[in-house]
Amino acid sequence: MRRYSAFAIAREAFRHHLGWERAWASPAPKSRYDVIIVGAGGHGLATAYYLGKNHGITNVAVIEKGWLGGGNTGRNTTIIRSNYLQDPSAAIYEKSRSLYENLSQDFNYNVMFSPRGVIMLAQTEHEVRGYKRTAHANALQGVTTEFISPDRVKDLCPIINIDGPRYPVLGGLWQARGGTARHDAVAWGYARACSAMGMDIIQQCEVTGITAQGGKVTGVQTTKGAIGCAKLGIVVAGHSGVLAEMAGFRLPIESVALQALVSEPIKPCMDVVVMANTVHGYMSQSDKGEMVIGGGADGYNNYTQRGSFHHIEETVRALIETFPMISRLKMLRQWGGIVDMTGDRSPIISPTPLGNCFINCGWGTGGFKAIPGSGWATAEMIAGGAPGPLAAAFGLERFREGRFIDESVAAGVAH
Amino acid sequence: MLILTCPNCGLTAEESELAPGGEAHLKRFGPGSEDADFEGYLFQRANPKGVHFERWRHAYGCGKWFLAARCTVTLEVFGTYPAQTTEPPTEIVNKIKAKRPDWSLS
Ligand SMILES: Cc1cc2nc3c(=O)[nH]c(=O)nc-3n(C[C@H](O)[C@H](O)[C@H](O)COP(=O)(O)OP(=O)(O)OC[C@H]3O[C@@H](n4cnc5c(N)ncnc54)[C@H](O)[C@@H]3O)c2cc1C
Ligand SMILES: [Zn+2]
Repeated sequence: MRRYSAFAIAREAFRHHLGWERAWASPAPKSRYDVIIVGAGGHGLATAYYLGKNHGITNVAVIEKGWLGGGNTGRNTTIIRSNYLQDPSAAIYEKSRSLYENLSQDFNYNVMFSPRGVIMLAQTEHEVRGYKRTAHANALQGVTTEFISPDRVKDLCPIINIDGPRYPVLGGLWQARGGTARHDAVAWGYARACSAMGMDIIQQCEVTGITAQGGKVTGVQTTKGAIGCAKLGIVVAGHSGVLAEMAGFRLPIESVALQALVSEPIKPCMDVVVMANTVHGYMSQSDKGEMVIGGGADGYNNYTQRGSFHHIEETVRALIETFPMISRLKMLRQWGGIVDMTGDRSPIISPTPLGNCFINCGWGTGGFKAIPGSGWATAEMIAGGAPGPLAAAFGLERFREGRFIDESVAAGVAH
Repeated sequence: MLILTCPNCGLTAEESELAPGGEAHLKRFGPGSEDADFEGYLFQRANPKGVHFERWRHAYGCGKWFLAARCTVTLEVFGTYPAQTTEPPTEIVNKIKAKRPDWSLS
């Protein structure tokens, strides 16, 4: 793999840009791998990457039914933060956020990580108390956050109306080191690095069955034939239920649509991310100038990758109240992704009833920020055969044992 | 927009008038049951990509619960029926089978 650098740009400028290599190979599947990862979204690719980088396991295939990064990873609004309430969440999301800081350097691919800061607005007394509590919890967890006044909110984001008619801004939870990154680049950067380690990323190849013998997976059936493996990782977000059914177990997961939309591009007007969880909407401005907008998930089981119009209406209505200046913006695009929701709104990184089969899912509406940390933890679990310290609390058994990692009450929305 | 007919009041309601209530026909396990059964009842869901039997409430209408059979991929609605029904009605099952020969009630 040729490194990207300022020198490479200069070199290519002198030869009509004919020397750029493909970022990753498109090999035909081999008959067998040490590890197969199903799903080339951010989490699947990051798992493969850290299997190679941290554990020296490179005979790995990542199998993707569509194109890599075409699932939720390429559909999300890219908010990165780690100001969660519960200790296990703070640990994995903070690990992830800190990996994001050096990710571009780590795999020599610009993921455009922009630690521009994230404000979560407190617009009810309950939220004020909740976010103060989170700020205290974060202090104990070593995650830098602070509860800020309405004036400070206005300072950081002048386009906010802090005296809104229904829900005036009473303060905010501010994480200066949160921000955004380029979603496609995260998937592409991991894919390029995996390919460079000799891993096979096999796109346009759907896993249609899981073959097991004596309680262990022996391989998968795919639209490109049967492929054998010593270990299997299922990392398919909204399709986790479908894969679990193939493997013969059930998950505490329901798949629903979550939508986002972007406006026409405008001049820079907002250099932080703002989440307004009471009225249910959040917004940031992309480098292209579009306002990137998201809201809450739709309510019913859905695999269509589009959602219901009234949810967009609710989100936009909430945001116009918060940012009156956007009321005349035209919206350019709207889309949906199928998110995998657990009851406690925390993810699952876990062994499964099949001994050598592992699952990573349940990131729901908020897993983009977790991609590096989750890949790190999942690779550790697959390599070692059991969850390490980052993953331990996120096992499937927590539902049976009543050990929820309850982030659903901690944050009205979880992006 | 998803449109369902409420079997309680007979009204045709748009989804903004309805509140979704998740998987239908779950077998309830109460106090004294095995941990695994209790876990299954409380948390584990079929979450199928295809035909789904589910609960809805006519929240901004008559306020009552009912059940629906719907495809989660095409959003086709096969029918709605009263909440007191303990398993999918034969009539609806036959209708789904006629349209989707590969499908079976699991
Ligand atoms: C609209 C929207 C906004 C969001 N906003 C944010 C945000 O601001 N911040 C944040 O942190 N998170 C956000 N999220 C959540 C985040 O996008 C997801 O949690 C994350 O991208 C999940 O990554 P993944 O790799 O697990 O899944 P995906 O990227 O969905 O990848 C799973 C892959 O598995 C493949 N697959 C499925 N079935 C099969 C099969 N049978 N065979 C082979 N391959 C298969 C799919 O094609 C897909 O590419 C948002 C999500 C959406 C939809
Ligand atoms: Zn009714």
